Amino acid sequence: MTAALRFDPIRLPEKCEQLRKEVRAFLAEEIAAGTFDPHKPNREDTDAPEFSRRVGAKGWLGMTWPKKYGGQERSFLERYVVTEEMRVANAPTRRFFVADRQSGPVLIKYAPEHIKMDILPRICRGEICFAIGMSEPNSGSDLFAAKTRATKTDGGYLINGTKIWTSSAHIADYMIAIFRTSQPTNENRRHGLTQFLVKMKQPGIQVNPIGQITGQYEFNEVVFTDFFVPDDHVLGEVDGAWKQATSELAYERSGPERFLETYYVLTELVRAVGPNPDTRSAEGIGRLVAQLHTMRRMSVSVAGMLQAGKEPVVEASIVKDIGTVWEQQLPHRVRDLAAFVEETATNRETLERQLDFAIKTAPKLTIQGGTTEVLRGIIARGLGLR
Amino acid sequence: MAESDNIVVETAEKIFADLADPQTVNNDKKDSWQAPLWQALSEAGLPLAWVPDDLGGSGASLADGFALLNAAGRFAVAVPLAETMLAGWLLAQAKIASPEGEMTVLPASPKDRITRDADGALSGRARGVPFAKAAKHFAVLAHGKDGASIALVDASKARIETGLNVGYDHSDTVTLNKVQPVTVKPAPDGFDQTTMMLMGGVARSLQIAGALESMLDISVRYSNERVAFEKKISKFQAVQHNLARLAGESAAALAAATSAADAIANAKSFDDAVYLEAASAKIRCAEAAEKGGAIAHQVHGAIGFTLEHILHRYSLRALAWRDDFGSESHWAVELGKLIANRGADELWPLVASR
Repeated sequence: MTAALRFDPIRLPEKCEQLRKEVRAFLAEEIAAGTFDPHKPNREDTDAPEFSRRVGAKGWLGMTWPKKYGGQERSFLERYVVTEEMRVANAPTRRFFVADRQSGPVLIKYAPEHIKMDILPRICRGEICFAIGMSEPNSGSDLFAAKTRATKTDGGYLINGTKIWTSSAHIADYMIAIFRTSQPTNENRRHGLTQFLVKMKQPGIQVNPIGQITGQYEFNEVVFTDFFVPDDHVLGEVDGAWKQATSELAYERSGPERFLETYYVLTELVRAVGPNPDTRSAEGIGRLVAQLHTMRRMSVSVAGMLQAGKEPVVEASIVKDIGTVWEQQLPHRVRDLAAFVEETATNRETLERQLDFAIKTAPKLTIQGGTTEVLRGIIARGLGLR
Repeated sequence: MAESDNIVVETAEKIFADLADPQTVNNDKKDSWQAPLWQALSEAGLPLAWVPDDLGGSGASLADGFALLNAAGRFAVAVPLAETMLAGWLLAQAKIASPEGEMTVLPASPKDRITRDADGALSGRARGVPFAKAAKHFAVLAHGKDGASIALVDASKARIETGLNVGYDHSDTVTLNKVQPVTVKPAPDGFDQTTMMLMGGVARSLQIAGALESMLDISVRYSNERVAFEKKISKFQAVQHNLARLAGESAAALAAATSAADAIANAKSFDDAVYLEAASAKIRCAEAAEKGGAIAHQVHGAIGFTLEHILHRYSLRALAWRDDFGSESHWAVELGKLIANRGADELWPLVASR
């Protein structure tokens, strides 16, 4: 048989269910206190500093990290539960999510000890926000094409160039970015990229917001002009960032955030349809729930593989591919079914507002964590086709 | 379940490889492979895998039996193995011993009903009953005044109108007209036709997932052999992306089916959570059969359309299995009603409970 694409039916352990109750209770309190409205996804949630601190105080940031850095040394599956409950509740997580999922683990692996001791506990307390500087104008998923240069100088590097599509750069305290330190070689076109820790809000960085068709501002263009980065802010191997960047991607690609981005319209449809749906609504909801359940079981299965120390690159790409297509189509399927919702449905306005926002959100979902085409290329490689 | 890591599956895979090789079977126009295959499966105790020792079976676990069905799907096995297993399982629910030989279950559609008179005779019609023509006995779920009961029926007492499903396997209409069963006993508390349909649906889901694994396998292999425009077609990005999507459908089907099998194997009762798992598996696997099968044929071009090629053994069966024990549209409506009835705020807790 071909590549054994196994998705063993991992079940979340009992302590995850206890944790889930705690997270739900916390979120219910926050909603009651007016921190956020779970029915309004179309808010500016990049700046929710107090919420971030309260999540940190609960011990839900850096959950899997060593205790000496402020972490909890809990399992990847426990983190999974926190992530999905936050996502489903529409909690304002953008301020801390990137640091918690990606930046912190990169620092743990590649930063010098004094930087880890300085920054990681602050991430765990929900005090700081990270951005990721990968894409550039005319590069995007094609990381080899990155041109922004880091030129060696006394005690560090001078950065010149532009990063783009950088989520949260306007509020970020730090960015982990990839810059070109030398040219690719004939033998290895992946050579020459280096990962750096960049302290934002300093001279030499200009952050220009890019408006989105949803009406929000979340992406940015970040322009570096003779921006200085000290030597101890190099992360890992000089010229060897490619494999550092790719090894983290299974974590970025298979989590619950990869199929739940527009989930809220499904809940709202069920609410609008009421307890006695017609056949068409019932069938539509049934199919969507079956698809959701299946993806979640796949996603939990990948989480189990990660917890077991495996590197399920192909499996994670499959979850992201199917998840992205699903969360992109979901608003349109819900729209189909919402055409039959009674005028009298009490949440009709909420549903319509959500649909408007979700339909506008859908086109961007392919980009984050790798485009659908890039993911299918990875899956094809896993099948032995390239 | 993709790898044979238990003795039941290992035994089955060896028998399938020796006696049910799809290419050999496909070339054999006289069906002379069927009798030796059935005999070998019977000698290994596989058709009665789910029947306890004291009721005449081999007493394998539910989990092992499900893994066996997945393996049967990988070989597109076209003898009533799944049906006899389901029949034995159904009879065992009422502590009825299983006879030797081929069996099937009825009804096989959620819409059909078999009723039981006051004097114990069974009447009713069941359509789309897989392999009814080949069965020596039927395991029947019947409804009477005192609730559901489970009966063993001699197949020769029934009227059978033969039919073929889209995969060219027998899918027959069985009519019982005041037939006295060999044995009849009350079904256990809470056991009803929905329970039986969900179990049958999960069996079919595992078979579909297995067939998709094989469709992916042979499609990848073919794409690495076939040369067009001076390149292996596997080097064309459009073909690669189609195969990546087929891998996704195959993986989704396997994940949904194995998760549902695991849920049933460990369930105390068929509660809403098991219902979500089993119904979702049938819905998602049927969707995968449609999407994945189409891609497999696309990759093969017209040759997959010919009877000479083995692709149809998998693709048509996967499509046909969608119809047994409730189609995906049936289960989608039922699952949608369940979700709507529980209410919007209960949707996520139900999904997250699995």
